[in-house]
Amino acid sequence: MVNSINTAQYYTMKWFLDLFSSSLGKKLLMSLTGIFLILFLTVHLAGNLQLLKGDGGKSFNIYAEFMGTNPLIQFVSKGNFALILVHIIWAIMLTIKNRESRGAKGYAITNKKSTWASRNMAFLGFLILIFIVIHIQNFYYKAHFGTLPMQVYDGTEIKDLYTEVAFIFSQWWYVAIYTVCMIGLAFHLWHGFTSAFQTLGLNHMKYNPVISFIGKAYAVIVPALFAYIPVKMFFFS
Amino acid sequence: MKITLKVWRQKDSKSKGEFKTYEHSHVSPDMSFLEMLDVLNTELIKKKEEPISFDHDCREGICGMCSLYINGHPHGPLQTTTCQLHMRSFSDGETITIEPWRAKAFPVIKDLVVDRSAFDRIQQAGGYVNVNTGGVPDGNAIPIPKMIADEAFDAATCIGCGACVAACKNASAMLFVGAKVSQFALLPQGKVEAKQRVEKMVAQMDAEGFGACTNTYACEAECPKGIKITNIARMNREYLGAMLTSYKVEVGGGE
Repeated sequence: MVNSINTAQYYTMKWFLDLFSSSLGKKLLMSLTGIFLILFLTVHLAGNLQLLKGDGGKSFNIYAEFMGTNPLIQFVSKGNFALILVHIIWAIMLTIKNRESRGAKGYAITNKKSTWASRNMAFLGFLILIFIVIHIQNFYYKAHFGTLPMQVYDGTEIKDLYTEVAFIFSQWWYVAIYTVCMIGLAFHLWHGFTSAFQTLGLNHMKYNPVISFIGKAYAVIVPALFAYIPVKMFFFS
Repeated sequence: MKITLKVWRQKDSKSKGEFKTYEHSHVSPDMSFLEMLDVLNTELIKKKEEPISFDHDCREGICGMCSLYINGHPHGPLQTTTCQLHMRSFSDGETITIEPWRAKAFPVIKDLVVDRSAFDRIQQAGGYVNVNTGGVPDGNAIPIPKMIADEAFDAATCIGCGACVAACKNASAMLFVGAKVSQFALLPQGKVEAKQRVEKMVAQMDAEGFGACTNTYACEAECPKGIKITNIARMNREYLGAMLTSYKVEVGGGE
């Protein structure tokens, strides 16, 4: 009985589709894309911090030119967009399924025994999505497809993204939007970082405190530094 | 003690249902929650009213039959089963709201009774060990470390009451399935069929319409048996490993 099989499903990779259409497989995708996006944030922050160097934007502009022209970076960048899309699409699929599972009739009274962030990941994610749209329009789109003033460094003429950044961050409402969205990101990471490891099945008494500590520290420090850049540029330039 | 009860009344699975309020004045602090409902039902029967339907069986906290979503918590304010909850946990004059478990996979049958056969079908999909009939093997024939035995036993204390589903904002059954997968996956007898077990049980869990875990851990906080979310992580590991490596063999011998 156990051995009666339809071999075709193994050759057609049906198991692979089964895996990623199962609830656990969908969660796995959320976890893996989430971890990649955490890595992306780290690299992105390291680059952005050059805005604060106080050299009139020279190192930031050279860095931005490198990121915008290097073929490997461009490939990873496209992949990054794709993974953000996967993270969003699978989040929507899971949220719809989860709402359905709860049923049409809700409770009259509920007392929550869970953290606020863990219950509001979809809302926080939506906040981050709005931020990404504004952010891409502000910088990525302008740097790639728009017109920017040029700067000459050591004989080569490159796009002056720094001046554009300084212009955007001289407007208080952009600084406010960026700061609020970074608070949203902090809460998203507060739950998401450790949650990604639990979904992968990486739950071990020896490593849980380490993962939890790094996750919480990351969730506070990285968004705080991201928000510090526009705030500093607004007040000190 | 005098209390006010707001109880969900629903004639059958097709009716709409609504809250009905009952004043209950014959309550002793030493009564269990279910005894309190028994007394109320006796009064209702005397008044020729329809008594309140609710699930119960052993009343010792081990069968997993009792349910009830009391004041916003499955099994009430304490981390125990409803049958082990006593009226001393409530104050005189308090209003207590009683609702059935709410989940698409747990449809209401009548009043506070829900159909939890979805859990049975998940168990039937793989939550067992196939054994050949024969003599009882010697207890020490298969060495199992005490720690592993304890962990497996902790997972096996899950009584399948469904409080995890009731507490979860996604009505996810992953704490239940995680426990049922773990109690076998940890032990040598269970390892034999571990891969096909987790694949089948997860597939059945999805088919029953339970949600996906978002790691809020409300289930762990509400579980009357204190089942740990490490069991969900173990299920995730087992499932991923099984899906990536399991295979079947076509039997061709003798043909």
